[in-house]
Amino acid sequence: MTANPSTGPAVEMRGITKRFGSVLANSGIDFKLDRQEIHALLGENGAGKTTLMRILFGLYQADEGEIFVRGESATIRSPKEAIARGIGMVSQHFALVPTLTVTENIILGTTSGLPLRMEQAHERVANAAKQFNMAVDPAARVQDLSVGQRQRVEILKALYRQAKVLILDEPTAVLIPQEVDLLFESLRKLRDNGLSVIFISHKLHEVMSITDHVTVLRGGAVAGAVQTSSTNPKELARMMVGHAAARARKSEATASPGQAALVIDRVNAEDNKGLPALKDISLTVKAGEILGLAGVSGNGQTELAEVLSGIRQVSSGRVTVNDRDVTNADPQALMAAGVGRIPEDSRANVIGQMSVAQNIVIEHIDDYSRNGLLDRKGITQHAREIISEYQIKTGLEDHIRTLSGGNLQKVVLARVLSGSPRVLIIAQPTRGLDVAATEYVRGKLLEQREEGAAILLISEDLDEILQLSDRIAVIYEGQIMDVVDAEKAEIDRLGLLMAGVVHE
Amino acid sequence: MRIQIDRLPAPLWQRLLIPVVSIFLTFVITAGFVTAVDANPFEATYYFLLDPFSSRVKGIEILVKATPLLLTGASVAFAFAGGYWNIGAEGQLYMGAVAATAVGLQMHDASPWIAIPLIVLGGIAAGMGWAVIPALMKVRLKIDEVVTTLLLNSVAIFIVSALLNGPWRDPVSQWPQSPEIAAAAIFPRLIPRARLHLGFLIAIGVIILFWFVMKRTAFGVKMRAVGINREAARFSGIHVDRVMFTVALVSGGIAGLAGAGEVAGIHFHLIDAISPGYGYTGILIATLGSLNAIGIGLAAVFIGLIDTGAQTVSRVLGVPVFLGDVIQASLLLVTLGMLLLQNYRIMLKRKG
Repeated sequence: MTANPSTGPAVEMRGITKRFGSVLANSGIDFKLDRQEIHALLGENGAGKTTLMRILFGLYQADEGEIFVRGESATIRSPKEAIARGIGMVSQHFALVPTLTVTENIILGTTSGLPLRMEQAHERVANAAKQFNMAVDPAARVQDLSVGQRQRVEILKALYRQAKVLILDEPTAVLIPQEVDLLFESLRKLRDNGLSVIFISHKLHEVMSITDHVTVLRGGAVAGAVQTSSTNPKELARMMVGHAAARARKSEATASPGQAALVIDRVNAEDNKGLPALKDISLTVKAGEILGLAGVSGNGQTELAEVLSGIRQVSSGRVTVNDRDVTNADPQALMAAGVGRIPEDSRANVIGQMSVAQNIVIEHIDDYSRNGLLDRKGITQHAREIISEYQIKTGLEDHIRTLSGGNLQKVVLARVLSGSPRVLIIAQPTRGLDVAATEYVRGKLLEQREEGAAILLISEDLDEILQLSDRIAVIYEGQIMDVVDAEKAEIDRLGLLMAGVVHE
Repeated sequence: MRIQIDRLPAPLWQRLLIPVVSIFLTFVITAGFVTAVDANPFEATYYFLLDPFSSRVKGIEILVKATPLLLTGASVAFAFAGGYWNIGAEGQLYMGAVAATAVGLQMHDASPWIAIPLIVLGGIAAGMGWAVIPALMKVRLKIDEVVTTLLLNSVAIFIVSALLNGPWRDPVSQWPQSPEIAAAAIFPRLIPRARLHLGFLIAIGVIILFWFVMKRTAFGVKMRAVGINREAARFSGIHVDRVMFTVALVSGGIAGLAGAGEVAGIHFHLIDAISPGYGYTGILIATLGSLNAIGIGLAAVFIGLIDTGAQTVSRVLGVPVFLGDVIQASLLLVTLGMLLLQNYRIMLKRKG
């Protein structure tokens, strides 16, 4: 193709394929960004959005496919080359030095040679800020700025480097609503002045309000590309979630659920930054059922799991387990009440440089000691039994950090289940596991359900939720949007709820 | 042939090579300095490392030097293993010495069977008491213990100075040193005509206890869990603050014991320079010894050795005293650097 450089689209990616080992992250993706438009890249976690953009920004190399920038074929091997072609990227985690000023951060890496003329730099940054309508004080230290202001610095940094195409990776995830409005206002102005913007998001209402075009990715492939004005949230949600997942439902034994075992009553809690993360959450899980909690990551699932694991305090509300009040109970009290917990990140929640055997008993270490002395025989025997029962490939004395993801998760699962818990709090049980380990873990959960355990399954994998749950709750921005019967759940509707759309 | 380096625990032969290579490298680094003051570097190395073994008296002196180091090493290692960064062993040692002196001065009519246990307990209690302050600040107020324990060292040393220049000034000589403690409170000698005293046996006992607590008790598992991964320990239901507080106190108690040992075993009265930085050397020993009992034992004896050697070098060769310090410091730095090799496996591979 010999398109005229002055007329081609801002960016065109054709047939992009990228594999990581056996995982196909991008499969033959076509993506076109027009000049002067804001283009949404929409999709669930793991749909391939970030991979595609990292390829465009030179952080990854595509296995197959071509990239054209303003009509010219381009090979982009590093962010430096991307910047040279006028592509800038603002990731979720800002790359700013907190102790330096705005000016210093912006010129960092663009200066060549000495001496550094700080006053000139100041002036240039101030001019750029004025030109692009980005209200920031060039002399302010980044550590004194709010998150929204920092984001503006990041955008300004890209613009200062002559970016014509700006990639924003979930820019609103870290912002409060007022800052979102400000950001959108700036983006519209920038677009009108000639900038093209790629807006990565999974929030439908934002996509509807700010973008001109939408490309939806699902499972590493394009699920649809539409004009924003000619679509609606429902259609986008359907494209995003898909009809796939031929519901491989669990064993049909619709075990009649028993009494309410875990009751969460109007719980509020804050995240690590002190912002409200859980807002009046109320859920009930009955004995012998799996309640799936679906949602896009970062909507309060982590905090809820932590509250129910005894490592995060609630600010109000009540949690009971079989009528026993366990609000703000510590892990020991929770375990004594019959709660088993599988953490979101198992690797981070084991003692890496300790043996597998000690990690197996650590939650009940006092039961494995007499007068404070370790019952080493008992520990070895118990660990040996568990390792053979769960077919964990490890030695007793191996440091647990040397285990593979699947074996490590089996250890954590075994540790919890060997205590015969009546209530299970399970977060992301199969994230990062291979197919065999995933099936094993899911099988174990269903087995527990048959045996009458009440299971709260928190997962970002909607297929997993659909496959295992009896009922499904959807969480969005710390609130429960709805709880539906899994048999009657419509995927479209779940997608909408996950995106925060209540009424169509 | 090419050299391949893997991140794996080193095999035994490679570990054994570490001290040998360290000594050789130190020799290379310091030879120039030694020659510059007209001494023979080979001779200097001999006096540093081998002469201490040349006679019974000198050999025992290594253990005398190692006694407080075994204790401060164990003190620091215990704290570090439990995730509590106690830099305050020096101050805790001084407070232990103060308490031991206070007890020792009152024991003139007591039997040794009462006086010695009391002086030991006094030292432990005072070290713990001094460690309570930063431990509480850490657990209750989340104030970084590195800063508080470090700053309290100076405070402890000033308290000792104030006592020696005030109420405890020797009434006879008017020196800033306390009167001598009661004979009943003095640690018995283990070997005739040598300074090795009961404190050495106590220190060995503490090292064994250290190993036992770490490896054989539920508390040891809990404190190691806290030290390795605090969040995971908390998730597992371990009361992290409680464990850390206990660890801090025990660490302080061991350091206090070191202070009591120096008073009751070596000096018999309190002096300003009761410790030439044993508390800080303890950090070095804990690190050199990789926080395990055998490692700490070896590191303490090793430093006891080069401490003994340093004295001989300057006396026999007539070189300035600070040259001993230079060699000692070089040896420690090189050894510390070489210890990194413990974590790597170096192999020669034929190109194939």
